Parts: sequence; C-alpha cells; structure tokens
Amino acid sequence: MSIVTVQLGQCGNQIGHEVFSALCSDIRGTHGLCSKKENESYQDSCKERFFCEEESGVPAARAVLVDMEPKVISQTLSMAARSGHWKYNSHSHFCQKQGSGNNWANGYSVHGPRHKEAIMNLVQKEAEKCDRLGGFFTIMSMAGGTGSGLGAFVTQCLRDAFPTSFLLNHVIWPYGTGEVIVQNYNSVLTLSHLYRSSDALLVHENDAIHKICAQLMNIKQISFRDVNQVIAHQLGSVFQPAHTAGGGSGYSRNPLGDLLEPLVPHPEFRMLGLRNIPQMPQSSLAFSTFSWPGLIKHLRQILIANAHMEEGIDWQVRPPHPGSSIPSTNKALHFNTSIANLVILRGKDVHSADLGSFQDPSLYTSWLNPQDAFNAWKTPRAFNKYEKSAALVSNSQFLLKPLDSIVGKAWNMFASKAYLYQYTKFGIQEEDFLDCFTTLEQVISSYTNL
Amino acid sequence: AVSLPFAVGQCGNQVGCRFWDLALREHAAVNKKGIYDEALSSFFRNVDTRSGDNGPDIYKGKICSLKARALLIDMEEGVVNEILQGPLRDVFDSKQLITDVSGSGNNWAVGHKMYGCQYREDIVEKLRKTAEHCDCLQCFFIIHSMGGGTGSGLGTFVLNLLEEEFPEVYRFVTSVYPSGEDDVITSPYNSVLAMKELNEHADCVLPIENESLFEIVNKIHQMINSGKLGSTVKQNSLVTSSAGSAKTLQEKPFDAMNNIVANLLLNLTSSARFEGSLNMDLNEISMNLVPFPRLHYLVSSLTPLYTLADVNVPSRRLDQMFSDAFSRDHQLIQADPKHSLYLACALLVRGNVQVSDLRRNIERLKPSLHFVSWNQEGWKTGLCSVPPVGHSHSLLALANNTCVKPTFIELKDRFMKLYKKKAHLHHYLQIDGMEQSCFSEAISSLSDLIEEYNELDASKGGPRIDPSRLKIAV
Repeated sequence: MSIVTVQLGQCGNQIGHEVFSALCSDIRGTHGLCSKKENESYQDSCKERFFCEEESGVPAARAVLVDMEPKVISQTLSMAARSGHWKYNSHSHFCQKQGSGNNWANGYSVHGPRHKEAIMNLVQKEAEKCDRLGGFFTIMSMAGGTGSGLGAFVTQCLRDAFPTSFLLNHVIWPYGTGEVIVQNYNSVLTLSHLYRSSDALLVHENDAIHKICAQLMNIKQISFRDVNQVIAHQLGSVFQPAHTAGGGSGYSRNPLGDLLEPLVPHPEFRMLGLRNIPQMPQSSLAFSTFSWPGLIKHLRQILIANAHMEEGIDWQVRPPHPGSSIPSTNKALHFNTSIANLVILRGKDVHSADLGSFQDPSLYTSWLNPQDAFNAWKTPRAFNKYEKSAALVSNSQFLLKPLDSIVGKAWNMFASKAYLYQYTKFGIQEEDFLDCFTTLEQVISSYTNL
Repeated sequence: AVSLPFAVGQCGNQVGCRFWDLALREHAAVNKKGIYDEALSSFFRNVDTRSGDNGPDIYKGKICSLKARALLIDMEEGVVNEILQGPLRDVFDSKQLITDVSGSGNNWAVGHKMYGCQYREDIVEKLRKTAEHCDCLQCFFIIHSMGGGTGSGLGTFVLNLLEEEFPEVYRFVTSVYPSGEDDVITSPYNSVLAMKELNEHADCVLPIENESLFEIVNKIHQMINSGKLGSTVKQNSLVTSSAGSAKTLQEKPFDAMNNIVANLLLNLTSSARFEGSLNMDLNEISMNLVPFPRLHYLVSSLTPLYTLADVNVPSRRLDQMFSDAFSRDHQLIQADPKHSLYLACALLVRGNVQVSDLRRNIERLKPSLHFVSWNQEGWKTGLCSVPPVGHSHSLLALANNTCVKPTFIELKDRFMKLYKKKAHLHHYLQIDGMEQSCFSEAISSLSDLIEEYNELDASKGGPRIDPSRLKIAV
C-alpha cells in the first residue's frame, strides 16, 4: 500500500525533503544486517510505499508540495534532483507568490478556498498513481501561516474527499521562545481544527529535537537542517517497512492502519508522541554497541518519566502501585500515563528482545487490556546504519504539559486582544477563537484525567 | 513578490538613489551568471531594449536591461535630474517620474492639498502602470522626510492614494523625522500633519532621526581614522558607503547617512528575496510586530556598521553583533528601548548564522529587556542565507517599543510652541482645502497615540495576573 505525503509550508517542505532523503539513503545502504533477499524485499516495500517508478529510472516521491511562496519549493525540488537517487515529480507542486504572512486566517480562509481545486487535483493525481492507497501523511508546522492555516484547510479537504482513508498529520511544535510572535494563536487554531478532521497528530517539538542535536549529536552550530534530519530519522524509523503481524508474514501491507488502529482507540485522544533511541553522530556508530535489554529499559523509563532522549532521564519516577487508592488526579505529576503504546524494534537479534516490561498494567489506563494497549513490531533489517534501534509511538500524557503551556500563553494574549484584528480581517472572529480554546481545554482535561 | 518603493521629495529621492545603487550592487554580487531570477524581479523589471526603451518585459533568461520598479516624485527637479544624469540613468525611465519646478516651500499643505490635487490622476495612472508589470505586489514602500513640504505633504497624499487604489497591499513608510535644531521652522507643523496620515493609513512606519545617522557616521569616521591596533576596515563593508571610499564620509555626509537608510531597506527585504532556513516576508513583519493597528512605529537598529578585514568570525564575535543591535549606537532613532516596554521584537539575520546562535542570544539578552505581560516571548525571527556585500553576516532588529513616546511628545511640544502663537499658520490656511480643523485633528491624533503608549507604560512592572482559563465540566 502506498502513502501520499503532502508537504505544507516552509517547514513541511524542508522536513519532507529530509524524510525522503533518509528513506532513500536507508534502502540504498548495505547495512541492513540481513540476507540479500530480505533486503530486496525491504527495498521493494519501501519503494512501493513512498516512491513511484518513472521512465527515467529515478524514483519519484509520492508527494505533493504546497507553499504560498516560491523559494522553498524551488530549493526543495532542486536539492532532490541533485541527489541523483530520487526526485519529486516535476508537476506535483503548487505555489503562489505572496506567502501567508504567518496569518492562520489568511492560510485557512483565503488561500484555502482559493486554491482548493488546484491542490486537490494534484493530490488526486498522486492518489491515482497508487495501486492501493494506504492513506495520507501531511507535514506542517503549526506556528506559521501556510503549514498551519492552509494545512488545516487541506486536511479538511482530504477528509472530505477521502472519507475512508487514513489521515495522519505530522505537526511541528515551535520553539517556546518565539520563532513567530503569534505562534500560540496559530497553534491553537491549527490543533483544534486538525482534531476534527484527522485520525491522529504525530508531534515533534523543536525544543526537544534541538536538545538531541546539542547533547547527543554534538553539533556546535545547530541549523534547522540538523533539526530536520533528526526528525526525518525518527519518522523513518516508524515508516520504513516493518513486520507488524508477528513472524514470517512479510512487511506490513497497511502501514498507516497498523499504526493508527491500535494507538487511537478513542476519538478524544489523538495526540501521539514519538521517541527514538539510540541517537548519535554517524561517526560514532561504528564504535558503539547496544543491547536490547538496555535499550528497552531506557525506552520504558523515557515513557514513564516523559523524557525526550537517553540523557537526563529521571529514574526516580515510578508508576503507581496497581490497586492503590490514589485517585488519578493525585498521581505524581511526572508519571506519564499511557492509553496505548507501540514499540518498533529494528536490527540485529531483534527477536530476542523482551518487551514484557511494556505490558505492565500500571503503565496504562484501565480501559484497555494491556495486551491491546501495547503492540510491538520487530524487524530484523537494521535501519539507517544503526545496528539496533528502538522507536516508541505513544498515545499518552507526553504532550499534556506542552499543550497546556501553548494554550495558556495563547489565552493570555487573547485576553489582551492583541493581534486579533489581523485575524478578524480575514474572517476568523473572536467566537471562532473561543470555540478552538474550548476544544483544546477539553482535550487537556481529558488527558489530565487519565 | 514585489516591493514597490516610492521616493517622494528631496530626502526621499536622495535615499532612494542610494537604495537603487546598493540593490544593484547586492544582486550583482549574488547573481554571477547574469540570469534574471526571482530575487531580482522583486525590485527590477527586465526589459528588452534592443528595439528602444519601450521594449517588452522579459521574464526569464539573461539580463537585458534592468529597470527599477519605482516611482520618483518631487516637486523640484534638482535631485531627480541629478539621478537621471548619474550612473543610474538607465535604471529609470520617464514614465516613472513625476516632477514639477517650484517645490513645496516646506509647506505640508502645498504638498498634500495643492500638488496632491493637481497630480492625483498622473500619480494614479503611473502607479497602475507600474503595478501592472508586477506579477504579485506584496508591499509599497514610501521613503520621505516629515519636516518639509513635498516628502511630508505629497508623500502622505500618495499614502492615502495607495490605500484607496490597492487596499490589500501593505504600506511601509520610512520617515525621516526632523531634529530639534532643524533649520526648517515649520517642520513641527509639517511633521504633525503628516503623522496623522501615518497613524491612519500606514501599516508600518520606520522612524529615522538624522541625529542618529550622523552619530553613526561619526563613529565610523573615528574608527577608520583611529588606526586602532592596525586593524583595517574592509572598504566595501561600510554601511555608509557603496564605493568604499572613506573620503565620502567627510565630503558628503548626507550621502553617508542616506546609505544607512538604504541598507536598512535592503536588509528588511532580504529574506523575501533570498533563500534561507527561516524566511521572513514583509507581510510577516507587519503581522507579528503590530499587535494593535495604530501602534505601528518600529525602532530599527542595524549591525554591523562595518567589518574588520580579518575573515574569521568566532562565535563570540557573532554574539557581539546581537549585543550591538540592542545598543543605542546602532539605532536609527534616539530612543531608549531597554528602559521602556517591548510589545514585540523582530530579528532578521543574514549570513551563516543558525538557529542555535539565535536562541543562545535571545536567552542571553531577554533578561535585560522588559516585555509586555501578554507577550513575554514576543520574538519574531528570520534567517536569510545571503549576507550583505562585504559582510559575513548582519542583523536587523525591529522593535515595537514604547520608547518612541518621547520622540512624539517632543514633536507635539514643538508643534504647540508654534501653534499657540499661530506662527506661520496663514501660509497653510491660504491653501485651498486647508482649514484650522486640519491642525486640531492632527494634534488630537498625535495626543491619542501618545495616550495609547502611556497606558501600556502604566502596565509595566505591575503585578502579573494571568487571566483564568476556561473551565471544562468533567
């Protein structure tokens, strides 16, 4: 099954490019640590999923690039073409000239309706090229105007046009200390709208990835490219072909379905966090060895203590004792309660890995059986030169605090009415804001009371 | 996306002339192959002049003849004629000029009411023609001074026209404010009358004061002449000069000062023209820096003012650049943002500067700055990969800060001094369309603006009470 990716705005396009680059580089690599046959099967599966064969022999990414100004798309297209190993289809992009001005209302209410037909035509074309359409993956930031506003509109259109397809939004949360001054407004508007149309939101926070670059990757002068490459690696570890149905049945034929169905059992809870370990500079890979017990232990504690990486994990945090009389609102605030988790292991001796500790009922809310709440994919073919890698996709309280912080700041600004005229000018009124705040307070409340 | 500059009056055109010169130089440095590209098209048309001046526009391919997208307006001919006889003569054609002979006599009413009325149709027609050639018009720039008659009066008339004809296109105004010692006696009248128009019709104003420009010029002069530590300044890096001649500073101080303003405009538009990892368009500047429509006056500061000849730039130097942007030496108006209240701040960085450099410096500088309670993290940032000519990196800081209030209060005081005595009023009132109410409305508009800043200042340092959040029934 194939996935069509929609890259929206500067962030979406910059990240999208790194993702396809990472996927392509991984399948071309000879570090699979598996048989040639296995490797070829992996390559074929990845190609079918993300690329389309063209007459030129250079695979074309199954992607639609959208932006309201031309420079980023132009750069993205040429960078891909220069690689020689993959490219974007030369017609699958749509751009305008004037940008969205970091204005969500401009992206959603003006650009959206104006360019809906053109954009959806491109999506339709890509969808038709797929033998079997597995769903849509959109990449956007929620801080700006295009990715966020136009992105929310396009997500709605995708839902309307493809009501039975899986729809996953990858959303980048901006640095806490401003990239954009109105980022909290744009974020509130984006998240509340996506919540209504999308199956799930897979989130990356710039602050967290930045720390990974600084502390684990040893990069001195961290650029957005560095951040995007870490994000691409983490996404690759989820989206590359995996054995999802236990032993011998080949790679998953329904990647988005296999991901989303177990993780999103209830429509009120759609926020997914992503963690991936280990993470290190390529140059150190050859000198490092890891054990599955070690990785799994760290990953579990990352889940419990809501850490973002292997360093600085708080090992003091423990799940509450099952059957204790502590009501959920009094739980230690730093214990991260989960609804459902998915662990994806790739690499050497993967079948020896014991994930029993993730089935501990005390990690989860009581509404699902732990067997249903926890899923694992084990794939022997190693990913991106890491002998062993472990990824966690989690529907838990991971994003509760950051979400609460964004809503709090946005509310504070809303109370002063600052910048509102910029939104009402394009048709987003105060009542619309209030609806969005209400939606998100509801989400916060739901996750708080797990 | 195109930015269309209008130079109005003597000052406006002198700055404009420096601007076009620097823009050509900047693009020549970046565009080695002589191909007409997206970046060039934001300021220049590419005209096929083989069959004469009225040839068609060429949208792709090699550069044939670059014509500036601009309108040059002056009610005296001196400055515009000089431009047309100088090295930029091929960059403009007669269809872009609107001139007259007698000038405005330093009288806002003559510029706004008399010439406005007279040249309205001509301006509209030329404006429409110029706009037609633009694929996508994103913003207008007006460059003028406030203290005289043409730039101030006719300049603000044009501002009004732009709003009527193209209401959706952003209007940025670069205004040179007169100093206390300005030799034009009526400059307070002209400035306050113009301020009303700026309050009501501009999206964003960048006020500039000659005093600041002059101090910057002097500082550079001293730096060059001090021969400190044997360090030499890279000639083409002087923010005050294009040809890199230090002599220019002494012989033509206004040229040097105008160059600074021209650099400001170039840097302001750099991220819209050139690529970078975090683009910042002009409409984003307006969106992020103007929380309430009338509070749209931004303090600008530019660094570096020059680059020393040694090439290596350790990180410490980079951090110095950020510190400099927040020092009064680099500001283009006399104001004290550090002791006033920030509503919002933008940092537009050019060159090899990455997001970690930005973040490190914001963290470092934040504690010494006071931000309004509802915008504690009010930073807008942009990263453009292409540095200005002669530098490895540069920074433009734009601040919406209540520190502009004293400037406006002084202006109001100078106005009242004259107005109370009714000095020179008859020169204005004798112009058709000009009445006493124009004056009273203008001063009232300025007073209201000052009052809005007062209210914000009153909130500074007060107890921070966050509004309570919505409660959800569980």
